[in-house]
Amino acid sequence: MISTQNIRFAYGKGAQFNFPDITAQAGQSLLITGGSGRGKTTLLHILGGLLRPQSGQVLIDGTDLASLSENKLDRFRGSNIGLVLQQAYFVSSLNVLENVVLASWLATGKQATDKAKQLLQELDLTDHLHKLPSQLSIGQQQRVSIARALINQPKLLLADEPTSSLDDENAFRVADMLSHLAKQYGSALVIVTHDQRLKDRFPNQTSL
Amino acid sequence: MITKIAWKNIWFKPLNTALSIILLTASVAIITLLILLDEQFEKKFNSNIDGIDMVLGAQGSPLQLILSSVYQVDAPTGNIDYAEAKTWMHSPMVKSAIPLAFGDNYLGYRIVGTTPEYLTKYGAALNEGKVFDKNFEVVVGSAIAQKLGVKVGDKFFGSHGDAAEGELHEDHAYHVTGIAAPTGKVVDNLILCNVPSVWAMHDHGEEGHGESAEGGDYHEHEGHNHEAVANGEAHGHEGHDHDAHAESEEHHDHEEVISEEGKEITAVLIQFRGKMGFITWPRLVAQNTKMQAASPAREINRLFTLFGIGLDALQYLAYGIMLISGISIFIALYNTLKERKYEFALLRVNGASRLQLLLLVLIESLLLCITGFVFGTIVGRVALSLISGSSESEFKISFNPLEFVWEKEGYLLGLTIFVGILAAVIPAVKAYSLNISKTLANA
Repeated sequence: MISTQNIRFAYGKGAQFNFPDITAQAGQSLLITGGSGRGKTTLLHILGGLLRPQSGQVLIDGTDLASLSENKLDRFRGSNIGLVLQQAYFVSSLNVLENVVLASWLATGKQATDKAKQLLQELDLTDHLHKLPSQLSIGQQQRVSIARALINQPKLLLADEPTSSLDDENAFRVADMLSHLAKQYGSALVIVTHDQRLKDRFPNQTSL
Repeated sequence: MITKIAWKNIWFKPLNTALSIILLTASVAIITLLILLDEQFEKKFNSNIDGIDMVLGAQGSPLQLILSSVYQVDAPTGNIDYAEAKTWMHSPMVKSAIPLAFGDNYLGYRIVGTTPEYLTKYGAALNEGKVFDKNFEVVVGSAIAQKLGVKVGDKFFGSHGDAAEGELHEDHAYHVTGIAAPTGKVVDNLILCNVPSVWAMHDHGEEGHGESAEGGDYHEHEGHNHEAVANGEAHGHEGHDHDAHAESEEHHDHEEVISEEGKEITAVLIQFRGKMGFITWPRLVAQNTKMQAASPAREINRLFTLFGIGLDALQYLAYGIMLISGISIFIALYNTLKERKYEFALLRVNGASRLQLLLLVLIESLLLCITGFVFGTIVGRVALSLISGSSESEFKISFNPLEFVWEKEGYLLGLTIFVGILAAVIPAVKAYSLNISKTLANA
């Protein structure tokens, strides 16, 4: 589902990153670990099409990201890549359900309300559908962002330190839900993290 | 969907939004009010001077003469001698001349002695009854009839002067013979009778006063009166027919007959045949008589020029407020941009294009502006109806708040939208050019 080749990236004249090639199939999980400053987030942004690499190739479901124009990349990202960030951001004026539905509308032009409700139910958020995101706990917010990342059944689910701000109980819960739902929706799951707790949870690992 | 998000966003910060909308509402309301006032004021003023080229009256302020005799809002400048006025009324340059004699009021509504021509001039047909003919018969304007519930056949006593509290003339009651149809002009708020009624009322009421030195015992003077009319006839034929007719009828009815000699009227509304009168009359009248001839068009123009300064100032104030509201929207959008950049980055991650973010910011601003415009249009009209209420009781001028001046208000809408776009340009471009990776990495 996702494979990379010889990705290189540099911020100005500063640090130069040469990333190892990675691959992950549909339903598979891959944990990318590494300390601070090793370019974990940079790699994730490159995989998610938020950054363009200096050289190398990112293939997602057979599409080379470098071949897409800016606008097409936006649309491709919307419908094929789900992103869960370390800190969950929302459109703060919209409620939980609307935030998730919004992601489906942006990607497909249709509002998948029923599917969003179902996803939120699977993530144990049924009671919070009509709350504002700011009224939820951090763990709950993180689960909403998982729902939002999965609403379009992406080929690739990317997670950037999804558990680092969570306590043990919530961290494992989020990790379980991520791997479980990625499998269920047939998405390749790539997590970058330095969270020790996850290293025991995901056997398939690459280190930067 | 973008519009929905924009709508939810603006209400997520209710105080910012309220401030922007209030400012916009204020400026749009003021400008709308000015547009409507300007349009209707001028229309009202000009409709009342249609067919009146010159007003002949006592010396004094020409503007006062116009206001009192055409618009019925100011006190008259004084009286003029009827005989002298007649020589001018019968000048060959004059197409029509309508005498006006003020004296009394009924509950604050002026009773004006005139000829039935006055009704014709303002295009006031009669809704009911017939035109005043004999002394003390009156036609009541439509607005008064409606407000006071006056009907044909009613009788009432007038009070002296302009004030409703004036001395009551209890000797003669006015007799309502007709109700005028509404015209939207001054006639609606007047009670009209013939000129001799006004004289008779005052001959009686003010016995011993200078004005009625002769009239005090007018019964003896009936014969004399005939002579006076005959003298008057020498001046012109139009007047002859009318006066003689009125006279004979009054004889039939054995009514009191009033001598014209030494009698005074307040003003004469003149319409010329040609253009010559416009130029020559003011000078001729001033040189040869103690009267003055004032042009309503010119005086009203002068009045508007005076008004204009105030209206212009108010208009600049309104545009100033609009500028401030534009700045307020800009600051609101710009300030929230910092906290909202993650939101924008997130929308991009979820597949929103740059253009959609640009639109989002733009639509938020436009929603504010259009809401402000709608409120402003409504508030402006409410203000106008309030003003209309007070101006109607004070100046007998009412405004229609439901009128739409499409062209000017269209421009105003355009201007409001322009302000909205201008205020949103910088924030929108910032949202458009947001670097998502950087924004999310620095989180």
